[in-house]
Amino acid sequence: MTDISPSPRPSTLRAWLTDPHPHSPAQARMQQLWRMWRKLRRNGSALLGLTILLVIACAAIFAPLVATHDIYAQDLGNRLALPSAEHWLGTDELGRDIYSRLLFGARITLYIAFLTAIISAPVGLLIGTLSGYLGGWVDTVMMRVTEVFLAFPSLVLALAFVSALGPGINNAVIAISLTAWPPIARLARAETMIIRHSDYISAVRLQGASALRILVRHVMPMCVPSVIARVTLNMASIILSAAGLGFLGLGAQPPSPEWGAMLSTAREFILSNSYVAAAPGIAILMTSIAFNLVGDGLRDVLDPRHG
Amino acid sequence: MQNPYLELKDLTIRFGHGASGVVAVQQAEFAIEEGESYGLIGESGCGKSTILRAIAGLNPHYEGRILLDGTELPKQRGKALFRKMQMVFQDPYASLHPRKMVQNVLIEPLQIMGMDRKQERIDAILSDVGLDAGFRYRFPHELSGGQRQRIAIARTLIVEPRLLLLDEPTSALDVSVQAEILNLLNRLRRDRGLTYLMVSHDIAVIAHMCDRIAIMKDGRMLEKLTSQQVRSGAVTEDYTREFLAASAPAVAREAAQAG
Amino acid sequence: MTPEPVLSVRNLNIRFRDETRVTHAVRDLSFDLGVEKLGIVGESGSGKSQTGRALMRLSPPSAQITAERLRFGKLDLLKASESQMMRIRGNEIAMILQDPKYSLNPLIRVGKQIAEAYRLHRDGSMRDARDHAMAMLEKVHIRNPERVYNLYPHEVSGGMGQRIMIAMMLIAEPKLIIADEPTSALDVTVRRQVLSVLQELVEDAGASLIFISHDLNLVADFCDRVMVMYQGRALETLPSAELGRARHPYTRGLLDSLPRLDHPCAELAVPVRDPAWLDAPSGQ
Repeated sequence: MTDISPSPRPSTLRAWLTDPHPHSPAQARMQQLWRMWRKLRRNGSALLGLTILLVIACAAIFAPLVATHDIYAQDLGNRLALPSAEHWLGTDELGRDIYSRLLFGARITLYIAFLTAIISAPVGLLIGTLSGYLGGWVDTVMMRVTEVFLAFPSLVLALAFVSALGPGINNAVIAISLTAWPPIARLARAETMIIRHSDYISAVRLQGASALRILVRHVMPMCVPSVIARVTLNMASIILSAAGLGFLGLGAQPPSPEWGAMLSTAREFILSNSYVAAAPGIAILMTSIAFNLVGDGLRDVLDPRHG
Repeated sequence: MQNPYLELKDLTIRFGHGASGVVAVQQAEFAIEEGESYGLIGESGCGKSTILRAIAGLNPHYEGRILLDGTELPKQRGKALFRKMQMVFQDPYASLHPRKMVQNVLIEPLQIMGMDRKQERIDAILSDVGLDAGFRYRFPHELSGGQRQRIAIARTLIVEPRLLLLDEPTSALDVSVQAEILNLLNRLRRDRGLTYLMVSHDIAVIAHMCDRIAIMKDGRMLEKLTSQQVRSGAVTEDYTREFLAASAPAVAREAAQAG
Repeated sequence: MTPEPVLSVRNLNIRFRDETRVTHAVRDLSFDLGVEKLGIVGESGSGKSQTGRALMRLSPPSAQITAERLRFGKLDLLKASESQMMRIRGNEIAMILQDPKYSLNPLIRVGKQIAEAYRLHRDGSMRDARDHAMAMLEKVHIRNPERVYNLYPHEVSGGMGQRIMIAMMLIAEPKLIIADEPTSALDVTVRRQVLSVLQELVEDAGASLIFISHDLNLVADFCDRVMVMYQGRALETLPSAELGRARHPYTRGLLDSLPRLDHPCAELAVPVRDPAWLDAPSGQ
């Protein structure tokens, strides 16, 4: 099979990225990233998710610039107002501007989501690959511990941890991280058990590589893509857990504009002034969906079986 | 035989325990001289690859003795042994790490063994297996099956072993690529004075590559022959005869009828 | 050749298009198939499997298929509706793939799968289907059909699995069978047995067979005619008996690259490839 038409209009950067004979390791790696990006670009829903995430990230970063009101300024004379030119998404039960609070809330939500991911992914990866590669009693002990964590619904477990640690955003992060690593560990373990029987692992064993070297240099790089994809998919549930904790009053504390906490206070007025609850609710929904779409796309792109 | 380089004594390999256990290899014995090429042939499940994996050190659960250069191999192998003996796997699509650049594949054994002049050695070995230096920065998925197998061979030879264990190195490749790889393996053996132990299900390939051949069936070594005896059909076991008949190519038969 | 071929292909082209490039998998392929066994031989990337799939209209969605003619009996395979194709597949054109492990449903007893295949194409009671399935198992030389009927796919060996596949595919009495590397996963001694079963059934049914393989010798042994493909093009078509006298340098090259028991040599010949072959007129 042969190529008939090469890529049109080769610019210099493009030529460098598509040169079939890379001249340095850096070029080869950039080419690989370029191919992944091209693959992701073809995936419409992943691109949509990525766009939503970018918008949310921009909202969080530039919140002070685009917010129209002080998020703590109460205006009891204008409480539960409908959306208007003054208050784009209306006001809450204390007359605070919902639009501005939503923007600052994005900061808290993303802070919780990323911190949780950064804590839980390496823990899950390490425990999963160790367990899967070493096998035997190490595997048995580690997996029983993992199962204990998996046996409880994550929100219930997070609730227990938060009530022990005390409410607050950082404790919420710790609590959610404690519930987020077990599924990742299970995934990494399953992948490792397949990888460790593959010929390329046998080949490095025959080169005299130590177990540690095999684990870190050969097994983990193979697990990382699926872990990244899985963590991205998990972001949705992390955000929901954070919102849930906020909703139950155990996460971010009022007057913090965390979305779950906003939803929680808006609950009282859900029958009379439903838009107050709708704004944070839709924000939570959109972010969760966006992370899910991106996670799905990443899973396809990062799969090493298709370059 | 005076001083065999590799010798198997009474090698038995079982999988599982007790009643459900299977004897994969039963009392296999053979000796290979330095510089010789020895072939194991049989159908799937006959135990030929199991023997190879036990010799390589991938499966320490065997009974009997394996001697390399006169000394018995321990079940847990050290680095020094891996410099003497390396293995080429059947499927070049599975034996290269999918995320490692060719250069990293080749540099790793040099790092582990603490060898010097790494870049020089990589350039030399790539040209030895017939690839130009441009292949250094390629990933496996960009390479054809034949190119991958060349990289896999380069990876084994870069530590300068004396014995190469070849597990059906061409059965996953097209016939024209098979010819290239077999020629390459023969040339490398000549140039470097290597000893080969090769496993295959293809009798014509084994007869082409090896001086002496053992036919295996159900974990036993049924018959040991020279490639001359295989070619002339001077075999004693019925199974070997059946195997030979089933493997004879149509074109050869046609020529025999015509002639 | 009979005046009305079972299958007639003229200038079949299969292209795969992605963002930056077009891959031409099959180029201007033409052949007629009568009641005979045609072998299609080629190395990986020769387009032999894509040809087989295109005839069943089972090509991946990214494939663009064009042809001047792609006619099966009276039916234009290119224009046939999907529901027409559903009737054709299995009923009139059957396909046997390399590994029965992937083609058989692992959760259903093999006998039942054969009986279901029968019922799908010929209306009849389960009792009737069972009898036919049992008869079919006997036809593929399975010694104890009663026992094998009740086995699950993982309980049968590769050779028996492939014979079961043959039984399942031939029970609907198709006119055309496409076998894609049906014996490549089997050991040499089992291979022979499966091939003789396939031969027997195809000849009894008076069906046509397209046998796709990478193994020139096997195809020469088994088929009436051999078509050699290279990079999507048919380079040469010749009767199997004359394969030893093949003229095309590629066919010769393939034959010479095989190690031979009767011709010991120090170095195997490696086929030389000439890009001009792709532009030369198709070998008929």
